[in-house]
Amino acid sequence: MVATSEIIKIGIADLNIANEHQSLRTSGLGSCVGVVIYDAEAGLAGMVHIMLPSSNLFKGSTINKAKFADTGIRELVERLIGNGAHVSRLKAKISGGAQMFQHTTKSDLMRIGPRNVDAVKEELRLLNIPLLAEDIGGKNGRTVEFTLETCMLRIRTVNHGVKEI
Amino acid sequence: MSYEEKISPIHLDLLKEIGNIGAGNAATALSKLMNQKVDMKVPSVRIVSFNEMMDLAGGTENVVLSIFLRVDGDAPGSMFFVLPLEQASFFAQRMIGDKTITFEEPPYSEIGLSAMQELGNILSGSYLSALSDFTNIHLYPSVPELSIDMVGAIISYGLVKVSQVSDYVIVIDTALREENLPNSESVNGHFFLLPDPDSFQTIFKTLGVI
Repeated sequence: MVATSEIIKIGIADLNIANEHQSLRTSGLGSCVGVVIYDAEAGLAGMVHIMLPSSNLFKGSTINKAKFADTGIRELVERLIGNGAHVSRLKAKISGGAQMFQHTTKSDLMRIGPRNVDAVKEELRLLNIPLLAEDIGGKNGRTVEFTLETCMLRIRTVNHGVKEI
Repeated sequence: MSYEEKISPIHLDLLKEIGNIGAGNAATALSKLMNQKVDMKVPSVRIVSFNEMMDLAGGTENVVLSIFLRVDGDAPGSMFFVLPLEQASFFAQRMIGDKTITFEEPPYSEIGLSAMQELGNILSGSYLSALSDFTNIHLYPSVPELSIDMVGAIISYGLVKVSQVSDYVIVIDTALREENLPNSESVNGHFFLLPDPDSFQTIFKTLGVI
């Protein structure tokens, strides 16, 4: 991690892109999934903080594409390509999708983490974007940061320290 | 129009009163349990974005001890009891009578965790039963679950339902304040009640305010 690099923060259900001099960061991932897609050659990386597996779940009026695995990943890829990334060079790394609580209720709500992960992987597969690394599941929250300098995703947890994938 | 735009100032006042009744009862239960007076502030009802919701709880990365339960019944929703680690440790020490108990870092004391689980059970039970008695809306709490982690990772479970219809959440927030602590002006914890979007109509209809 280079101290001088600018950090672009991604909120919940949010996405953004960065160049080689910037890093991307999203914090407090629980059941949500942080997806990084990058083209190292073009010097472009993007991150999306996904809350829900599918835009089919949306029953409201104005859709926030970054909230859902399907629309969020597509939107991010479009943004990257629009800024000069090449689709064939795109690669992905993902983290999050924990199951923080083990409630015995019948609702799908508690399994939302694993469902988000499945949906993200499916979308990446559909778009032919190779998934190079993942740190998913478990019972703990994560804060993740990605920089093009190393192309590594740095993952911080409360009780399991820091790791890079 | 999305659900939160249909909420009028009268509705907000009503939700505030609901929070007040629940929290008042929970404060009494907590004071008895701790054998000292614990105050709850007058609840605030806010319509906030998801990121603002995290800020209310101290920011996504703020590490807390939280008890989470789902509310089933007529007006489903999620409920969180969120405590800073220092405050949680203090409550556990007081309940068990062991000053060495701390949640600041693992391994966490098993008996400490089970005391906090029970505390969460009693408080949320008293909050919800007061609310249920007052409104005649049937509410059934699930078994509370405890987690010590980043507050963003925890609270996001309360946003899953609402995020399917909106980017804003209505939260009934009650801050906890303990008088005997040195910095008694600061907030020592929060109750967050996040009714599912469909629950608001039920609540307002039952109470005759549409």
